[in-house]
Amino acid sequence: MSKEQILSSDGIPLEQSLKKAERKNKLKAVLLVAPLFLFILIIYVFPIGDMLFRSVDDRMITKMLPKTFNAMEKWDGQDLPDEPVYKGLYEDLTYLKQNKTYGKIIARLNYEKSGFSSLIKKTVRKINKFEEGNYKEQFIKVHKRWGQPEYLVALKNAAPEWSYAKYLKGVDMTFDQDRNIVSVEEDRRIYKILWMRTLNVAFWVTIFCFILAYPISHLLATLPMKYSNLLMICVLLPFWTSLLVRTSSWMVLLQQQGPINDLIVWIGLAADDNRPELMYNVIGTFVAMTQILLPFMVLPLYSVMKTISPSLMRAGKSLGGTPLVSFVKIYFPLTIPGIGAGCLLVFILAIGYYITPALVGGASGSLISNTIAYHMKSSLDWAFASALGTMLLVGVLAIYWIYNKLVGIDNIKLG
Amino acid sequence: MANDHFVRFENVDKSYDGKLLVVKGLNLDIEEGEFVTMLGPSGSGKTTCLMMLAGFETPTNGQIYLDNNVISDIPPHKRGIGMVFQNYALFPHMTVYENLAFPLRVRKIPKDEADKKVDKALSMVSLQGFEARMPMQLSGGQQQRVAVARSLVFDPKLVLMDEPLGALDKNLRESMQYEIKHIHESIGVTVVYVTHDQTEALTMSNRIAVFNDGKVQQLSSPDELYERPVNSFVAEFIGENNTFGGEVIDVAGDKCKVKLNSGAEIFANPIVAKAKGEKTTVSLRPERALIDPQTTMDNNHKGKIEEVIYHGDHTRLRVDLLGNKQFILKVPNSSSGMDIKAGKEINIGWNSVDCRALDLKLSI
Repeated sequence: MSKEQILSSDGIPLEQSLKKAERKNKLKAVLLVAPLFLFILIIYVFPIGDMLFRSVDDRMITKMLPKTFNAMEKWDGQDLPDEPVYKGLYEDLTYLKQNKTYGKIIARLNYEKSGFSSLIKKTVRKINKFEEGNYKEQFIKVHKRWGQPEYLVALKNAAPEWSYAKYLKGVDMTFDQDRNIVSVEEDRRIYKILWMRTLNVAFWVTIFCFILAYPISHLLATLPMKYSNLLMICVLLPFWTSLLVRTSSWMVLLQQQGPINDLIVWIGLAADDNRPELMYNVIGTFVAMTQILLPFMVLPLYSVMKTISPSLMRAGKSLGGTPLVSFVKIYFPLTIPGIGAGCLLVFILAIGYYITPALVGGASGSLISNTIAYHMKSSLDWAFASALGTMLLVGVLAIYWIYNKLVGIDNIKLG
Repeated sequence: MANDHFVRFENVDKSYDGKLLVVKGLNLDIEEGEFVTMLGPSGSGKTTCLMMLAGFETPTNGQIYLDNNVISDIPPHKRGIGMVFQNYALFPHMTVYENLAFPLRVRKIPKDEADKKVDKALSMVSLQGFEARMPMQLSGGQQQRVAVARSLVFDPKLVLMDEPLGALDKNLRESMQYEIKHIHESIGVTVVYVTHDQTEALTMSNRIAVFNDGKVQQLSSPDELYERPVNSFVAEFIGENNTFGGEVIDVAGDKCKVKLNSGAEIFANPIVAKAKGEKTTVSLRPERALIDPQTTMDNNHKGKIEEVIYHGDHTRLRVDLLGNKQFILKVPNSSSGMDIKAGKEINIGWNSVDCRALDLKLSI
């Protein structure tokens, strides 16, 4: 095929003048997108990056004990280290004492091995009386733990600048003193339980939402306009109400002297002095979360069902399919994009749900997000909170990926 | 032996809201192997009748019989009636093959036999080789043909079609009309067809039931319907029609004299208006009136050409005749040399047999 250049009326090649004309439009498009792009960058991409960074960042202790770790590089970690390590430790601790910042390393080292707290405190108290030279003996004199290799190994283990220890902690694992990955003692395994509970709650809330939403959505999609509008408002009204108000109304309903318990007693399912606990446990979490997340299932289902022509079911029946067969073979497969969207939405929202489990969940009904909040606000272990948050994020992305492999993300329909 | 009341509506009433009857006392017999069209304006009850026959609506009163059995209590999926829907209603998540195999699969027909039936049905609509396509990948006409094939694949004795050609363009619609007609002729299935397009009804049907206001106005063959409408609604609805309002002043045998509202008197055929003094609407087809007739006709009047409209194969004249300014005449374009110009006075003649005195149409 011969390639002949087409010229526009003023002699410039057409391709070139077309590009010139389009450049302006492209610039306009970029300018229009820029605010949102910056917004997302600043409030979404950057914080998530920071979270990922924090979860592995372990430089604080390295910065605070530079001389110790420097000297430790030559130590093989077998027997007690030699004098230079103790000398470095002395210099570092003296510096920290002068600046009154040694509190930070106590928490960090105590996490590495319990017993460091009293060890450091006692040492710092007496460090002014140290004489120059032969620091090793003086340290051991202050506290005998300085003469036990496992404490110094633990100190050495805290040296690397980057650490994935927080992630291990998130799945109830830890390093033993030889840097092997092992499970923590059985009575301290809490995060696996928490993860399983979170997945479990998210899974069942999704199932309950689906069971409740499917018939409602079908009704919404098939009722005449004036009734379906009313029903739609009934579905959306809770959606527009504040989350906190809805959760607290569940607290009113579910409490032991509340109307639901009254009803149970009145029917005779339970004795008055033995009212079932419906709140501050996993039941409360299930009930409240299902109700709160229901609209997220109804809306995608409704929007998909709305597009299914009623004549398809009629066609199925007229061709000889019983109502059940027609439903299973025709109606149900056509609603799968809506089911996928709804379930994905509800599951992802449920897995990171915070306020409802925090208010009605109690101890046995609290989820991973509550633990993240706890570490952000109370224990101030931000690195661990970040690690848990990252694991949650990765989990959600994994679900999304699996969904894409199984159903195909282009099969999703939100409206 | 053909059953001459294969489908029978007996005094069927239908009301959706308990106030208004959509179908009123319908009686209708359909012969086995017949192609019957229900024709009428929208809201005339024709689709409701079809839905009652298919089983998606239940009659408020009366009975429907299929092959001498009452079917009111049989659910749609047990009636064994094929149906083609207005928007085809192909299952979008199934291939053409799966769509056609659906009625066979629910009937538990073995796969090799089902394959043969699907193949036969597809060849009937000349769509072999399209088995693996999805409905969305087909053109409107192809989807339509798949829908027809699907309604026939399980060998039903009765097929219902609800405005199946409504969504197609004009040329395709015409070719599909012939195709459906040929399929009907070759396999002898009984077809009940619903449309609001009178040309479609006239082209395809053995008999046409004209619906209006929940009632069958006339049930007869297409030519009968066109040539001998029994009331002014049918005359008006089927084909073009010139009308005069007036009063019967004299009846003699198969002729009556009608005094028109303009004062002129014409001879007409007393169909509905048979007694002296009855108000009537007289109906005359445009092609039955001739300009300067060679033979003697018992109506002969002068009119003035108001407008000349060229229509390709014929020319249409709007004439002011006996007080009706909308009187239409059709002149074939082959009859050259005729001097037709707006404003000219011409002689118009027609036979009283073709000029039917029907019931009074209220709008005149």
